Amino acid sequence: MFARIMPIVIKELLELRRDKAARFLLIVPPILQMLIFGYAATFEVHHVSTAILDLDHSQESRDLIARFTSSSRFDVVEVAQSQHQINAAIDASDAAVAIVIHAGFAELLRKGQGAAVQVIVDGTNSNTAMIALGYINTIATGFAQDYAANLMQREQGARGTRQVQVTLEQRPWFNPDLNGRWFFVPGVIGTLTLIIVVNLTAFAIVREREVGTLEQIMVSPIRPVEFIVGKTVPFFLVGLGEVALVVSVGLLWFRIPFVGNPLVMLLGTTLFLLSTLAVGLLISTVCSTQQQAFSTNFFVLSPFFILSGFAFPISSMPQVLQWFTYINPLRYYLVVIRGTLLKGVGVDVLWPDFVAMAALALVLLTLSILRFRKTLE
Amino acid sequence: MKLRRLKAIAVKEVLQIWRDPRSLMIALLLPFTQMFMFGYGVNLDLKHIPVCTFDREGSQASQDLLKRFQASLYFTIAENVTTYPQLVAAINRADCRLGIIVPPDFSERLNDTGTAPVQAIVDGTDDNTANIAFGYAAAVVSSYSNAVQMAQLDRQGRTFQVVQPLQVQSRVWFNEDLESRNFIIPGLVAVIMALVGAQLTSLTISREWERGTMELLVSTPVTAGEVMFGKLIPYLLLGWLDAAFCLIIAALWFAVPFRGTLGALFLTTTLFLAVVLSIGYLLSVLIRSQIGASQIALVVTLLPAMLLSGYVFPIDQMPTFIQKLTYLMYARYYVTIIKAIFLKGSGIAELWAPMLFLVVYALAVVLLAARAFRKRLA
Repeated sequence: MFARIMPIVIKELLELRRDKAARFLLIVPPILQMLIFGYAATFEVHHVSTAILDLDHSQESRDLIARFTSSSRFDVVEVAQSQHQINAAIDASDAAVAIVIHAGFAELLRKGQGAAVQVIVDGTNSNTAMIALGYINTIATGFAQDYAANLMQREQGARGTRQVQVTLEQRPWFNPDLNGRWFFVPGVIGTLTLIIVVNLTAFAIVREREVGTLEQIMVSPIRPVEFIVGKTVPFFLVGLGEVALVVSVGLLWFRIPFVGNPLVMLLGTTLFLLSTLAVGLLISTVCSTQQQAFSTNFFVLSPFFILSGFAFPISSMPQVLQWFTYINPLRYYLVVIRGTLLKGVGVDVLWPDFVAMAALALVLLTLSILRFRKTLE
Repeated sequence: MKLRRLKAIAVKEVLQIWRDPRSLMIALLLPFTQMFMFGYGVNLDLKHIPVCTFDREGSQASQDLLKRFQASLYFTIAENVTTYPQLVAAINRADCRLGIIVPPDFSERLNDTGTAPVQAIVDGTDDNTANIAFGYAAAVVSSYSNAVQMAQLDRQGRTFQVVQPLQVQSRVWFNEDLESRNFIIPGLVAVIMALVGAQLTSLTISREWERGTMELLVSTPVTAGEVMFGKLIPYLLLGWLDAAFCLIIAALWFAVPFRGTLGALFLTTTLFLAVVLSIGYLLSVLIRSQIGASQIALVVTLLPAMLLSGYVFPIDQMPTFIQKLTYLMYARYYVTIIKAIFLKGSGIAELWAPMLFLVVYALAVVLLAARAFRKRLA
């Protein structure tokens, strides 16, 4: 059996080596995509373009505004003189937020009647708008607490009654700086591997079917299962190579940490590759031309790619789509990658994902082998 | 350019499209499925963030605070743990994304030093969820803090004084409900049209090469220009149909507010279609195999359109050199335009700058395609 599988493996590897285009496509686009994703894909809000309008011109209003201007997160692009200018700035998307302090601000503060600061936010990108509002609230709360503390001190002087307050200490785990890249780059590893392996596998077999060499192979003593194993082993190796390549770029270029156990990641990668190979195989059994393979690949990989939790949280999806993710091997692999790279968890935490991937691989492989036998008859 | 020859090419193309199931599938099935899948799958609104509570005091005060988390729309209490290792395990397993720890001397601190810290531990692997979860948690704690302050002042017998000196009154423009779908779905239409447009035309010339009908075509009196425009016209009509389809789904099914004018929408969409169809045509001229052309078209359009067009990831938050790169990304201009038309109600007057870019882009690609076509024939 082994003697019949090896020639197929060697043949496939030789074809890969001869195919310059394939070699190019396996190395250059993944690296490019890694770089582009790593730099472009971000939900972080580093700087908010801000327009400011101070109609009070008091010490208090200047103090409040100084807190915004001195913060690295706010980029003051305009100091307006009128509400009209503020509106125009937001309308033209010159500023993402506008901070307006009306006349009488300081007076209201001193009288203890509570003053208000108006904030206009361009809600077009709701995600950045919410994060920006969060920053603004933090600064406003800081100002309010400092002001109240000063007021208490001045009023009570020696009595020194402390003002009660409950504060929130924020402790991000695994990603202390909340670096967006640490979230995306592991996701790219899984996504790229999925797309490459499924494409390679599906196209390789369909090409043979289209050109007619599949029939020729089938008249030889080789059995269908052996043929499939022979065909997929090289792509398994290619998949491992891809993961290694992309992880290296992540570690060396983006300095993603690797706090977990590489063996755990290897185990997870193996199971993932098995399930993606099975997906590619299954696709190859339903297509007879490369054109069909291309379209089918796209229709299958699109949902696997988007509905995996690689960028958009699964918990935000409607229930039906969340159910779909259970048959998506990428979903489980992402948990494994993020777990081993960033969290340092082991098999004791990740075993459900391993079992899921193994089950998917088993079911899909069985289906594709059965279908493959049928298509030969 | 003779109208009669132009029409002949256009009619031939229509017949070929009709007879090729693949083109029809791309034109009809692709936008439909992608709109719904991306439309529902790509969602940044965070609700029901699973929270794990670790109340080390178990007093009335701490329970009051934790009840506020339970009452919040944004959080659901997934687990109440009693030991620290349990909390660690829950976060490791991702059973919860946020852990709230109330210290054992919470009430004491409130009465004594006046400052009681509450710890929020967040799974930082998803930085966006972490950021937003912190924001929500801070708001909950802040409102609890206010309540405690008011209660204290009441007890001290002070006349009711506004404790919170500063209040932030925020107004959100253009996307008042802060729903992520309102900005993602218009951008999605741009991404889908970029993909579909290029796919449609990427086959047209390579199909002629592969079937050998290119020689026949060249031996007729038609000029290169008539071939190009004659072939593009049916795809423009198909593109309009698809765009209308997607835009209607966006406005009626996903209920994205539409505040602009149909005229502006039509004009800008036509411009964008001109660009994407020409790009597919250019690829078709350069690559002689159909399968090669459609593959390259996919790679060149999908990922750049998704990442670099401002569709989901805001361009102004990207590193500067990437921002400069996005000027080459034609989808970027249409994403800006379509979001502005839907959410801001912008018209041609406000959008002249991105429209100009699209015009220049279309001209450049058409010229490139014409030159490549002539070269290939020689």
